[in-house]
Amino acid sequence: MDKTVQEKILGIIGEKFESEILSIETPYDFLTIDFKRDHIIDLIKYLYDHPVAKFQYLTTLCGIHYPDSKQIAVMYQLHSLVNNWRLRIKIFLPEENAVTPTLTTVFAAANWMERETYDFFGIQFTGHPDLRRILNVEEMIIFPMRKEYPLEDQTREDKEDFMFGR
Amino acid sequence: MADESIINSSTAVEEKKYSTLNLGPTHPATHGIFQNVLTVDGEVIIHSEPTIGYIHRAFEKLSERRPFYQITPLTDRMNYCSAPINNIGWHMTVEKLIGAEIPKRVDYLRVIIMELARISDHLICNTVIAVDTGALTGFVYLFQFRELIYEIYEEICGARLTTNIGRIGGFERDFSDKAWAKLEKFLKEYPEALKEFESLVKRNRIFMDRTIGAGGITAERALNYSFSGPNLRAAGVDYDVRVMNPYSSYQDFDFIIPVGLNGDTYDRFMVRQEEMWQSLSIIRQAIDKMPDGPHFSPNVPDFYLPPKEDVYNNMEALIYHFKIVMGETDVPKGEVYHCVEGGNGELGFYLISDGGRTPFRLHFRRPCFIYYQAYPEMIKGANISDAILTMSSMNVIAGELDS
Repeated sequence: MDKTVQEKILGIIGEKFESEILSIETPYDFLTIDFKRDHIIDLIKYLYDHPVAKFQYLTTLCGIHYPDSKQIAVMYQLHSLVNNWRLRIKIFLPEENAVTPTLTTVFAAANWMERETYDFFGIQFTGHPDLRRILNVEEMIIFPMRKEYPLEDQTREDKEDFMFGR
Repeated sequence: MADESIINSSTAVEEKKYSTLNLGPTHPATHGIFQNVLTVDGEVIIHSEPTIGYIHRAFEKLSERRPFYQITPLTDRMNYCSAPINNIGWHMTVEKLIGAEIPKRVDYLRVIIMELARISDHLICNTVIAVDTGALTGFVYLFQFRELIYEIYEEICGARLTTNIGRIGGFERDFSDKAWAKLEKFLKEYPEALKEFESLVKRNRIFMDRTIGAGGITAERALNYSFSGPNLRAAGVDYDVRVMNPYSSYQDFDFIIPVGLNGDTYDRFMVRQEEMWQSLSIIRQAIDKMPDGPHFSPNVPDFYLPPKEDVYNNMEALIYHFKIVMGETDVPKGEVYHCVEGGNGELGFYLISDGGRTPFRLHFRRPCFIYYQAYPEMIKGANISDAILTMSSMNVIAGELDS
């Protein structure tokens, strides 16, 4: 995506949400916006309805755990099929109180994606019609994709990380 | 007085009772482990409640503990009907992250493999739709050509179903003469068989009656549900990653994107059928235009395992070999998304690297997982027999669904 397109998208977002943008990056030419958590659904709705931008396709949605800053991010990736523009928006939630409104009001596809994110990261999507675990067993009490849950058995002494250069 | 009691008692008798029916988890017609709890009124489905996750294997968590080259075998097991597309999609994601320049020949070889994989994926899906309508002949007849595709894989990488094909940076070896010969054999024999299958099924009255109008979805709903691949195209939206965001030199090839009109089972079948013809044409073009050059990128010695004879005779190759196997190579920090057109749609890899030996976070955008959630809406009000057809025509693959 070339620079003019990125500026155009940023202009469209800036018209209404200038003060809400935390930072803008373009890793590997992919426009990524860190956004304040409060108005994320308003922003996505605005981009959905915008006559030019038309970000009407939700490519994917996932959680990312940053244990160092004690934050959990939610990444939304939108695609404007008319213009072939792609956009990534991230919001950051505190680890112990990861609550954010649901996106199912805009995209039906967000339903299972949010259930998966809840299942693995424990993010509560308020207003979600059916927020249950989806891939893991219902009885599970942890949120396994959080970084505090290591993959291997931590009591084993023959598998120390440094032996494997980790 | 008497009349009233008759009226009352008759309404009591006719009061509707819905019954609950378990479709799955292990039902032979669902081709995988899916559970659907159906609420039915006679034969008509009122409501359905899908449960998934029966073969969840935590690939995203596993990949946080594995060096990049060890993640390729995990991707095999997502859509196992077209494993090479997953492998190559993952390789390309890593290549994007490390900024590897890939020779044209590798791109073309990859296109051949990916289109073969697409054919084998669509072949299974379409013949299984025919099986579910009662026509077993096509399935048995075309299945030998999937065997031929698997023999080509075998010739290239040694494996058949879960291929683990290629490496980061290219292929481990160039296609052998035998592989080219088998490819030629396939290209010669498959079109005839496919045509025969088509003439058996396409205008067959029973097949048309069963599939036209069954399990339809409008373009608006399909987009809202983030459909991709043949299922979206059957609904009339011409979104194809190969054209929208060309990768692996797809821009060099001339092909059309078939689209449907109603998004029903028949349209999905026809879109897949046409895509197979297009894939055959792409493979032919790739063979005709095949450029010379190396079969791997010489610029990424940190990731591409050196040839074995070099490891024994060449100090540098030995060092790289050791570094790669032990996962000691430096990976740049970054965040990258790469998507390919898989058998079922946009297969995306969202990779965050923090410079460590493993990904910090890896998210797979699995098209199956995303579009299967529309299934209850698509079968509402349909018969149970239509629900089976809808599921097989959506090509829901359990491995991709559950990751």
